[in-house]
Amino acid sequence: MNTSFNLFDFVGGIHPVENKTQSTQSSIVAAGIPDKLILPLTQHIGAQSKSLVQPGDKVLKGQLIAEAQGFISANLHAPTSGTVTAVEDRAIAHQSGLTDLCIEITTDKQDNWIEHSGLKNTEQADPSTLINMIQQAGITGLGGAGFPTHVKASANPESIKTLIINAAECEPYITADDMLMQERAGDVVSGIQILSKILKPESVLIGIEDNKPKAAEALITAIKQLIDNDHIIDVVVIPTKYPSGGEKQLIQILTGKEVPSKGLPSELGIVCQNIGTAYAIHNAVIKGRPLISRITTMTGNACSAPRNYEVLIGTPVEHLLKISNTDIKNTSRLVMGGPMMGFTIEQIQTPIVKASNCIIAATQQELPDPAMEQACIRCGMCTEACPAQLLPQQLYWFAKSSNLEQAEKHNIADCIECGACSYVCPSNIPLVQYYRFAKGEIKQAQADKLKSDRAKVRFETRLARQARETAEKEAKRQARAEAAAKKQAEKKAAAAAAEPQIASNSPIPNIDTELLQKKFDASKAGVTKTKEKLAALTADENADADKVELLKAALEKTQTKMKDAAKTLAEAKKAEKEAATTDKDDPNTPERLKNKLDLAQARLETAKKRLAEAKTENSDKIELLETAVTKQIERVTEAQSAHQQAIKSTEQKPTKDAPAKPIITIDIETLKQKVLAAQTRVDKANERLNMAIEQNLETVGAFQTGLEKQTSKLADAKAALEKASTEEAK
Amino acid sequence: MTSIIVAVSALVILSLIFGAVLGFAAIRFKVEGNPLVEQIDALLPQTQCGQCSYPGCSPYAEAIASGEEGINKCPPGGESTIQAIADLLGVEPEPLDAEHGTEKESAMVAVIREDECIGCTKCIQACPVDAILGAAKQMHTVIESECTGCDLCLEPCPVDCIDMVPINGGLPAWHWDKPAQIIATDGGNQDTSNEGKAA
Repeated sequence: MNTSFNLFDFVGGIHPVENKTQSTQSSIVAAGIPDKLILPLTQHIGAQSKSLVQPGDKVLKGQLIAEAQGFISANLHAPTSGTVTAVEDRAIAHQSGLTDLCIEITTDKQDNWIEHSGLKNTEQADPSTLINMIQQAGITGLGGAGFPTHVKASANPESIKTLIINAAECEPYITADDMLMQERAGDVVSGIQILSKILKPESVLIGIEDNKPKAAEALITAIKQLIDNDHIIDVVVIPTKYPSGGEKQLIQILTGKEVPSKGLPSELGIVCQNIGTAYAIHNAVIKGRPLISRITTMTGNACSAPRNYEVLIGTPVEHLLKISNTDIKNTSRLVMGGPMMGFTIEQIQTPIVKASNCIIAATQQELPDPAMEQACIRCGMCTEACPAQLLPQQLYWFAKSSNLEQAEKHNIADCIECGACSYVCPSNIPLVQYYRFAKGEIKQAQADKLKSDRAKVRFETRLARQARETAEKEAKRQARAEAAAKKQAEKKAAAAAAEPQIASNSPIPNIDTELLQKKFDASKAGVTKTKEKLAALTADENADADKVELLKAALEKTQTKMKDAAKTLAEAKKAEKEAATTDKDDPNTPERLKNKLDLAQARLETAKKRLAEAKTENSDKIELLETAVTKQIERVTEAQSAHQQAIKSTEQKPTKDAPAKPIITIDIETLKQKVLAAQTRVDKANERLNMAIEQNLETVGAFQTGLEKQTSKLADAKAALEKASTEEAK
Repeated sequence: MTSIIVAVSALVILSLIFGAVLGFAAIRFKVEGNPLVEQIDALLPQTQCGQCSYPGCSPYAEAIASGEEGINKCPPGGESTIQAIADLLGVEPEPLDAEHGTEKESAMVAVIREDECIGCTKCIQACPVDAILGAAKQMHTVIESECTGCDLCLEPCPVDCIDMVPINGGLPAWHWDKPAQIIATDGGNQDTSNEGKAA
């Protein structure tokens, strides 16, 4: 069924010794239940799951013990029944050898299942239900990276054309998928069917290397049995070449399409899943079992009985070494994963995780310590071996000199870290380690850049906020100052409005003009001074141009000031003059009229005298003089009436404040004296009355009436005084 | 004679056209601000610590751009920042000026010993990136992800309850080290290479 399939090839790749047959001689057996299980909370790509149990909690097999945090995360279940004995940092299966949060379960060997059930009929099942079941079961990619499967399965079915099942298992030693397909092909195909129900691809391709003929056969049979005439699932046997099992490489082999740099297979309408993941999906959906165990190859020359085990997640490697009769003393290196991409584990307590497909207990002879690194001879073999078509040599130089920018430009991010370049390098240069270092540095630098950008934004925002706050404060302060100034000005204006009547020709304007004169003089002096300075500066060629500019500006300022002063001075003088003239122009004051009257009366007197003299002399001027006298009399009467009117008018208007005051004060003085007198009289009357009472005189009654009279008088006087003083106050 | 006139007029017309194009470009594509300052600022670590004696990274960038200040006054950035600025400006990198401090081994973050905090808000006012949270007479705490490790909060604290601790990113921050350079004459004891090789 695959003979007609058109295969493609990827550039590069190597053919390392396979070492697979050792572990395919015996069938898969259960590894059994170890005393303790250690379950790291990060067994997947994405956010760490959150522990739901505390030490001391009893858990059943399949019970959820840690839940996913966010979409890209995965649930974790208890692989067997027992008691949680610790939730703490433990050594985990990671290149770094670092510790991470783990749940430790002390098993009770009862293996009691929690209540669970799968779907009997997947035909009618809704894709979202299936995805949900996968998500709940905590399934992650079992090929190595451990990407949560439900995320991949949630791709838009309309955009997905091809579902590729990765059964290449290209790395030497590993046979877990091979044995799984040989022994449980039916379940595997069932899982693939569920996946294709979710993603609805046009075709499903199972890519399998030609070094696994039994597995391919088993799959084909299973497909024939399960699916009657539906031929969308194709088993495609591909030539054995490392790293054909790489996602991008497998896609290229099967479809001829290349996943773009920094892109995802889904951009090509392709989803890739590992064959082991398909088996896990079958278990989750059909049997209702979460991902609590996996097939792991236990192999290596130090291992006396290499084979595949069905291992509970969290089983310490130590347990596997024990049941497989591995000679720990003879083991020089314990590798988790394959020899190409795996990593050395230092502690045998390290647990098997969801992505652990192989444990190699290698002898010194089998996996010798890396030979000494020698100088790069620029042979270019790494470039030929690189399946990602990168320039490993260039990347090596850049990584070595920490030239991260250039490394990035040469697409170091597209390196799949397969190790083919290191494998072929005649100088034994650990190329991949250089790339991993450079990738890590780049990632770190990016994180730092992000952080520093954020810090910059925060710093700038803070500065802006502080500036705004000070501006607001300043504005408030100014508003307050303005309000205060306004109030002050209003007060002044009110005072000025009240003042001019009293002080229109008072000496105040004189002072004003004097002040203004002084100001004017000062500004004049300032102007001449600055002019002198300016002249001196301009004469001196070495002088600062800035200073000259400053002086000029200052000169201009003082000049305008002087002009202003001159203007105000002139205005003030004018106002003063006007005030002085208005005073002279009033001819109708009572004093003047009195003078006129006096003058007229004097004239009348002289005229009368002359008339009398003329009458005695009997001159002929008598008639003339008589008319003159009558005229004078008329004038006198006129003057008199005018004078009286003037007095009246002055009495009606201005006398109220000025001349009335002394009168009232006099009144008050007399009233006060009267009151005092009345008081003394009352006191005296009181004394007399007391005396009369003491001596028992008959005149007591008379004294009493006298006293009463005096008191009433005193009261009257007091009332009058009060009235006068209130009037005065008014 | 005519050929000279033609040549001169052609040159004049060409110069006018290019002049117009250049003039337009000068206005249309005018660069706001000094791009060099921004470029230098982008290379600085943005801790805003003021160890360079400038009130923040961007004033220091301005000082470098104007040639007032050397490029070796940034201890948090260290040698790598000096190198980057030297590359940008085309000048010789200088060793870090020890007067302004020394480069730290790893990034630091401030941590407040919360039970000792008296809630004086002094550190909040000192923090250049607003990474300290708290209110008067309430316990304060540092937002670790935003702390630049600038040390500016240490000095104002009246009860000395702030510690600078190295950042431990744990597993997510871990990355491979550079392979130890093994020279052929070094002999046996080698770095544990994780790169397996099939026999």
